[in-house]
Amino acid sequence: MTEEDEDRADALFHALADRTRRDIMRRVLAGEHSVSALAAKYDMSFAAVQKHVAVLEKTGLLTKRRSGREQLASGDVEAVRSVACMLTELEQVWRGRIARIDELIASDTNQED
Amino acid sequence: MPVTDVQQDLDNLTLTITADFAVPVERIWQIYADPRQLEKVWGPPTYPATVVDHDLTPGGRVTYFMTGPEGDKHAGYWQITAVDEPTSFSFDDGFADLDFRPTPGMPVSKNVFTFTEHDGGTRATYVSTYESAEALQQVLDMGVVEGATLSINQIDDLVAS
Repeated sequence: MTEEDEDRADALFHALADRTRRDIMRRVLAGEHSVSALAAKYDMSFAAVQKHVAVLEKTGLLTKRRSGREQLASGDVEAVRSVACMLTELEQVWRGRIARIDELIASDTNQED
Repeated sequence: MPVTDVQQDLDNLTLTITADFAVPVERIWQIYADPRQLEKVWGPPTYPATVVDHDLTPGGRVTYFMTGPEGDKHAGYWQITAVDEPTSFSFDDGFADLDFRPTPGMPVSKNVFTFTEHDGGTRATYVSTYESAEALQQVLDMGVVEGATLSINQIDDLVAS
């Protein structure tokens, strides 16, 4: 990976290291949401949600556009792809499989107890 | 976490993941030799896998489908190329239609799984190689949004574990 890729990966993992931001990403990947509609989903201030949206926007994971008085946010699938870098995305799939193997073999031990 | 090392070889489009498990090599082999155990670990909880054919011998095939939250089914196959029980096997992993016929024009990855005894447990090495950047892109495009959301969900699981 180049230095630039490393920086982008850092920014991505920072952006996704927060539960609320991951939840926002799930929603905006599924479709465009106004920032106020997003804010209504969380037990926190509009300003706090707006701040989370700004962190995601900075990484390019999320893009915003204006429509009248509303700010509409949508997830950028391409950015999720390029920033994470494709092998990193696959790595997550593999890590999931390995975690499930670990769970499966741990359940053997539990049954023996 | 059992994952001890991850190597991304961007030039050769190869992902190598090393994991240490606290059980003997034979126990890890069993997971791949038993379709009911294999399906428990292959698909994520949101896309559970069902293994249909299972012939883990050179020239044999393992076929599976994964079922999405909307009941959508995605099939794939392993064409087994080499087996050295219980320490390694190699296969080509590809996409298929629901009758498990390989989907023409879809990429195929080459995989080598190796299990060696290490500190009383097993060191597993998973190597996956894609033929081109386009192939890798295509694999990920198969479930663009699902894939992206899935990765994020798995980060959640990782953080929780």
